Amino acid sequence: MTAQHPPMELSKLPTGIVGFDQIANGGIPKGRSTLMAGTAGSGKTVMALQFLLAGVREFGENGVFVTFEEAPADLMQNVRSFGWDLEGLVTTQQIAVVDATPEPGEETVATGAYDLSALLARIENAIRSVNAKRVILDAIGALFPQLTDANVIRRELHRIAAGLRLLGVTTLVTMERTEEDGGVGRWGVEEFVADNVILLRNRLEHEKRRRTVEILKFRGATHHKGEYPFTIDSEDGVTIIPLSAIELKQHSSNVRVSSGVPEIDAMCSGGMYRDSIILVSGATGTGKTLMVSQYIKAAIEAGERALLFAAEESREQLTRNAANWGVDFEKAEQDGLLHIICRYPEVMGLEDHLLQIKRDLRDFKPQRVAIDSMSAFERVSTPKSFREFVIALTSTIKHLEVTGLFTNTTSMLAGGESITETHISTITDTIILLRYVELQGQMRRGLTVLKMRGTPHDKNIREYMIDNKGMHVLAPFRGVHGILSGAPTYTFDEERVRLGGLFNPIPEI
Amino acid sequence: MTIFKLRLFITGRTPQSQRAINNLRSICETEIQGAYEVEVIDVLEHPALAERDKILATPTLVKRLPEPIRKIIGDLSDREKVLLGLNVEVLAKETRA
Repeated sequence: MTAQHPPMELSKLPTGIVGFDQIANGGIPKGRSTLMAGTAGSGKTVMALQFLLAGVREFGENGVFVTFEEAPADLMQNVRSFGWDLEGLVTTQQIAVVDATPEPGEETVATGAYDLSALLARIENAIRSVNAKRVILDAIGALFPQLTDANVIRRELHRIAAGLRLLGVTTLVTMERTEEDGGVGRWGVEEFVADNVILLRNRLEHEKRRRTVEILKFRGATHHKGEYPFTIDSEDGVTIIPLSAIELKQHSSNVRVSSGVPEIDAMCSGGMYRDSIILVSGATGTGKTLMVSQYIKAAIEAGERALLFAAEESREQLTRNAANWGVDFEKAEQDGLLHIICRYPEVMGLEDHLLQIKRDLRDFKPQRVAIDSMSAFERVSTPKSFREFVIALTSTIKHLEVTGLFTNTTSMLAGGESITETHISTITDTIILLRYVELQGQMRRGLTVLKMRGTPHDKNIREYMIDNKGMHVLAPFRGVHGILSGAPTYTFDEERVRLGGLFNPIPEI
Repeated sequence: MTIFKLRLFITGRTPQSQRAINNLRSICETEIQGAYEVEVIDVLEHPALAERDKILATPTLVKRLPEPIRKIIGDLSDREKVLLGLNVEVLAKETRA
C-alpha cells in the first residue's frame, strides 16, 4: 500500500436479496466469482435465481443463467410458485439461459485431450446477447459425472471464472456439499474457483429445519461473520434475518400512552412511553391476558389501531374473556381498530413466524402490538434462535415506533424467574411482574414495576385484585418480605396487627 | 452413399483443434471412406450452433447418423475408442447387404 494507492475495498454489487446485503456489507464482490455451497435442499438455486431476478427487477441488470443439473424448463416451473416469471424475462431478452445439463441417456466417450472452451463460448455468447451483468452457474458439481476427468474440469472452471472476470460480470456459482460441516465442496473446486465463499446450511434442530447463511470469506472485502438465519417462502423468496447487523438507532419518544390500568400508569409516572416494549411476566392465572385486554382497550379508546398475536388462546376465547371484562373485541375488529391473529407457535419455525409477524405489522400498520405469550414461542425453539427471534422482533417493533406488550409465563407459581426473562429482560424497556403471594393461607396477588427506562417509577409491591371490571391495584404489601423469592416472611409488627384482628381486645404481650 | 453424418466442434485454430481435424480425417479416409459427411464448426464463430447441440467440451465429435446420436469428446487420438464410438461395424453390415 503506497501513498499513490490508498487501501481501498473491492466494490460490491448489491444482490437485492433481503438482508443479505446487510450481512455482506453491501453485496458480493463486483466483477468476481462467488461460490455458494450447501447441502441438498439448502436453498442454493432459489437464492441464486433471486440474485438474478433482483438484478433485472431492481437494478436493471440483465442476467445469464447456466444450469448443469436441472433442465431449464423444470427450473422455471419450480420457481413459478414464488411468482417469478423467468420465461417472461427470457422472452423479453432480460435473462438468457445456457443449458449445460446432460442429455438423458447420452454417454460421452473421451478420446484424447479436451477443454471446456465450448461452454465458455456459449456463456460469453449468452452474456453478449442480453448484455448481462450477472451470471449464475447452478450446480457445477453435475459436470463431474458428465465428463470423466475431474482435473480437467477443475482447470477449466478456473479458466471460465477468469473469462467471466474479463467480461466484468459478477458470478454466483452454486455447488452441492455432502455435509453441513467440513470441507466446502466435494470436488475440490473451491481451491480453484472461489476467492469468495458463502455457505448455506439446513440443519435439523428440535425437529425443525433451520436455514442459515454464512459468509466464509470475501477476498479483499469485509463482511459480517457467523451464521444468519433465513427463510424461503412463496411471497418474498429468500429473506435473511441479519441479527447482529440490526442497528440500535431507534428514536425515542416522550409521548406516553396508557397501559389500560390507571393505577399502573400512576405507578409509572403517567403511563408507558409510546415506542417502548413492555414485558408482563407472571405465572399462569395471574392476569397477563387481562392486562393485554386492558392494554388493547386503552388503544381502542384512544382511537389507535392494535394488533394482537395470540399464541395460546383462540379468537373466541379471547373475545369472550375480554367481553367479561367489558372490552368488545368484535366491534373493535369490525371498526378496523383491532386485528387478532391466532397462530400456534408449532405451525412453523421461528424465522417464518418473524417474517409473518413483520408482514402483519406492515399490512395492518398498528400503533400498538401485543404478543400473548412470548414464552409460547420458546417452546418450539432452541435458546439461541429464540433469543434471535426476540431481538429481531423487538427491533422491528421499535423501528416502527409502536408500543409493544409481551407477556411471559413463568414456570413457578410464586416468585422465581424463567429463562425467557433473561432473554427478554435486557431488551424490554418496562417490566411488570405479576406474582402470587401466599399470605396466611390465602393466595393473593402482587405486582411491581421492576424496571422502567427513562422515568422514575413506584418501587412498591402492590396487591391487586381482579373482578368483572378488570384489574384493580391496591395498597403496597406492608410487613411482608421475600415475595419475589416465593417464600414471604412477616415482620413482628405485622403479626401483632394480624393477631389483633383475630382476638378482641388486643392481648398485651 | 452417406451413412455417417458427423459434426466436429472445435474452438479456433488451436493445435488441439488441428489435431482433432487431422485425426478425424485419417480415421474417415481409412475406415469409412466414401460413406461420410463432416461439418467442422468453430464454436467461437457459431456459438448458437454449440448451444443447439449442447456442446460443453471441445473438440467434440457428434455422430448424428447412424442413430443413436453420440458425442465423442477429445482430440480423437485414441483411435480404438473413436471407432467404437462411431460404431463402424454398421458400415460392414451395410456393405454386405
